[in-house]
Amino acid sequence: MGIRFVLLVNKQGQTRLAQYYAEHLTLDERRALEGEIVRKCLARTEQQCSFVEHRNYKIVYRRYASLFFLVGVDNDENELAILEFIHLFVETMDRHFGNVCELDIMFHLEKAHFMLEEMVMNGCIVETSKSNILTPIQLMDKAS
Amino acid sequence: MNPFSSGTRLRDMIRAIRACKTAAEERAVVRKECAAIRSSISENDQDYRHRNIAKLMFIHMLGYPTHFGQMECLKLIASAGFPEKRIGYLGLMLLLDERQEVLMLVTNSLKQDLNHTNQYIVGLALCALGNICSAEMASDLASEVERLLLTRDPNIKKKAALCSIRIVRKVPDLAENFLSPAASLLKEKHHGVLIAGIQLCTDLCKVSADATKHLRKNCTEGLIRILKDVSNSSYAPEYDIAGITDPFLHIRVLRLMRMLGQGDADTSEHMNDILAQIASKTESNKNAGNAILYECVETIMGIEETSGLRVLAINILGRFLSNRDNNIRYVALNMLMKAITVDSQAVQRHRTTILECVKDSDASIRKRALELVFLLVNDTNAKPLTKELIDYLEVSDQDFKGDLTAIICSIIEKLFQEKKWYIDQMLKVLSLAGSYVKDDVWHALIVAISNGPDLQGYSVRSLYKAFQTSFEQVSLVRVVVWCIGEYGEMLVGNVGVLEVEELMTVTESDTVDVLEACLTGHSSDFTTRSMSLIALLKLSSRFPSTSERIKEIITVHKGSIVLELQQRAIEFNSIIQRHENIKSSLVERMPVLDEPAYMVKKANSSQENIVAGKSSQTSLAGTSVKLPNGVAKPPAAPLVDLLDLSSDDAPVPPSTSKDFLHDLLGIDLTNSSSSGIVPSGGTDILMDLLSIGTPVQNDISTKIVSSNQGFAPTTKPTFPTTVQVLDLLDGLPSNGSVAGDQSPLYPSITAFQSSALKIMFSFKKHPENPQVTEIHATFMNLLSDAYTDFVFQAAVPKFIQLHLDPASSNHLPANGNGTITQTLTVTNSQHGQKSLAMRIRMVYKVNNQEKLEQGQINNFPPGL
Repeated sequence: MGIRFVLLVNKQGQTRLAQYYAEHLTLDERRALEGEIVRKCLARTEQQCSFVEHRNYKIVYRRYASLFFLVGVDNDENELAILEFIHLFVETMDRHFGNVCELDIMFHLEKAHFMLEEMVMNGCIVETSKSNILTPIQLMDKAS
Repeated sequence: MNPFSSGTRLRDMIRAIRACKTAAEERAVVRKECAAIRSSISENDQDYRHRNIAKLMFIHMLGYPTHFGQMECLKLIASAGFPEKRIGYLGLMLLLDERQEVLMLVTNSLKQDLNHTNQYIVGLALCALGNICSAEMASDLASEVERLLLTRDPNIKKKAALCSIRIVRKVPDLAENFLSPAASLLKEKHHGVLIAGIQLCTDLCKVSADATKHLRKNCTEGLIRILKDVSNSSYAPEYDIAGITDPFLHIRVLRLMRMLGQGDADTSEHMNDILAQIASKTESNKNAGNAILYECVETIMGIEETSGLRVLAINILGRFLSNRDNNIRYVALNMLMKAITVDSQAVQRHRTTILECVKDSDASIRKRALELVFLLVNDTNAKPLTKELIDYLEVSDQDFKGDLTAIICSIIEKLFQEKKWYIDQMLKVLSLAGSYVKDDVWHALIVAISNGPDLQGYSVRSLYKAFQTSFEQVSLVRVVVWCIGEYGEMLVGNVGVLEVEELMTVTESDTVDVLEACLTGHSSDFTTRSMSLIALLKLSSRFPSTSERIKEIITVHKGSIVLELQQRAIEFNSIIQRHENIKSSLVERMPVLDEPAYMVKKANSSQENIVAGKSSQTSLAGTSVKLPNGVAKPPAAPLVDLLDLSSDDAPVPPSTSKDFLHDLLGIDLTNSSSSGIVPSGGTDILMDLLSIGTPVQNDISTKIVSSNQGFAPTTKPTFPTTVQVLDLLDGLPSNGSVAGDQSPLYPSITAFQSSALKIMFSFKKHPENPQVTEIHATFMNLLSDAYTDFVFQAAVPKFIQLHLDPASSNHLPANGNGTITQTLTVTNSQHGQKSLAMRIRMVYKVNNQEKLEQGQINNFPPGL
């Protein structure tokens, strides 16, 4: 299956983007899960590795300034590749927003989602070329 | 204008939410917003639909319910414009999931959009379908997706391929249809199409063996070519990551290769060259390169053995393991776990490094390493590894102790060769981290001690020592309490001292001190306290000198606010005060616990929990019993397991009905209602204690029958006393109930017990001559070798006359498979003033070696 969810959380533990793939969680379960994971990851230091096992997920996370990117994956997923994927996602947003920050994502939540949607479908990575990812979004921006 | 009217812009809402300082403020803002959106929805306000959904997405992300917006998504999807459709589909994927029935309503719109002329709209529909479609939708729309797989546009192709993955997962029967289009995707040049096509092939392999065969035959060549192209390609800016072209594609190809190579030597051989090339040429100084190497190693380990490749892979792992980057070390440990089934020797070579990782400061690495250590441990390295781990247990983080303890315990349990080593190691773990030890682990320890007659003395002494320093470790304390209750006299008398032991002097009152501390200590929970009470009762009969003190301790607890403790204290007090004559047999040592049965049960415990619930209900279906304190109790479940203390464990099911291991400690919450008193299995009397107050006359016969079946060798002389004990707590005169033909007035006792020999005395009095007592002695051999030339001698104080009748035999079969009986007649000239006392001496031969045992009997029932 690969990716089970993608979460963006700030240092205060507030969710800034959440996308689940084929995970049937109720709102309460989501909140609980997000809280647990964020607490676990925030408690770790820079030197520790970027992987945390939680319940039956493996969380691969990476921190960019005040934002944490957390990706929940299956146990047999290549953790290093997911780290690379997070970076690609950030670079893509960077290219679109120009030096992306938390506020860009908050106020353009739908655009962040559109990009993610171009990159990941049903938990699988579809596209890894930044220009291919951004073409439909830029087209839409021009149209509106 | 009200800032929270439906006219608020998305931006303003987000600002308002950001400005909230507390969760309550945020809730208020969201509530107002939601109300506005609802009214906008009910007005069917088309202009704001787009904005409403965008707001709802944000609100949903914050974790508030947004179900009322679901229909709006469908309306947006059905509208003609691209921006509306776009946000509608996004809302659909975020706010709904496949379980909602509303979803069925979207099938039609999806079908239309899949056939749309605009490629972006088709892309949207494919994406939505791929993310959330249900099995029904998958069957309905599969043919459209199949068609789209064959279009020319790469953007549609890649999305159709991923959408097919979802369809195949939902309806595996459709896999066949997708097989040949999937295979043809691998011939494409566009990376997006390739990566999607490869993932589709991987999924097809998972659901169908035929697909694997087909792809193996037709696509292996193609995959090798893709990998060659991508790894040899010159700089491609679009896909370049740290100098490597599209590591994601590399990884997906390697993954599919693993599935195809598994179980097929030819295919594996075919991949040999390219895998060797990737493994040796990929740059390992950047994360992207390491990701590829990691996947490549996994593929090499996964496919069939080909010359030299595995050595290459193990070397890469070795390099990873010594890397300073924690991420790399983590994945190396992860890989070693898989490699261990392939080449355990190679993994063993890294043992020292792995053990170091167990002590790492990073919890994720520690956890991986610990699991790996558990796989590495075998008969030869168990001892040093256990030592290392236990040493580390002492200094490890609090939150790691639980995992570490569990692993150490399972290593000890799995791999011990000598029982003494097992007991020693468990003791160390219990003293260092007793609070983390699971119940079944210390239960198993007790079973083991009970089964090792030559180690009981040693165990109880070591436990006593450990308790002095580690009295705060819950599980340790419980084992200490149990063992002192059972083997307290071995502690005081230094019985069965091993060569390695240092001798120590422990007095009877020291032992009582320990139990009192456990009973009253702040850290003791209810279970430990209950166990302590039982142990005290047992000691009061073994150590007559302390019985007054024990009585006081028990009396104090008659006022305990915990009902169970109070009840025990009252019952025990009654035993001590009014039934001195039977006390010694009530609190006899536990019979040896049934080790195999316990192991089986431990293994099946999860299963049995379900069954047990039912069986306990059926066994409790009898009459409920009134106890003197007015608490209604169900009758004892007859087959309560010995060591079940945890509240979720319950009586073993009837299949083990021969296993007469009664709930030794009787503390289990579920059992507590049924067993207020220790049923010591050796004495059937205790079984009856539990059913005090059942209609006596009706029950006696069945009780006696059942106890006879269980303990034929030992119970015969004792069973007549049953009748009397039934009234134990009823306060009725003990001789008033039923008059049998021999109306025995005195309970039988265990006059002597060592690890090798057990002697039971039963008594008979002639009413016309109260000074004379006939003692019927039964000898039993507890070892596995028979005794020959068995001679029993006895000495009595001057005021007693003793007459020994000839013994029934001088040969005592092994394992309690037979007994010798002998009758002694004593005449107590000071009957009524002094009680009986006796010294005994047994001489016998085991394997032609002379043995001598002696002892003193002080626990004669009073009044003889």
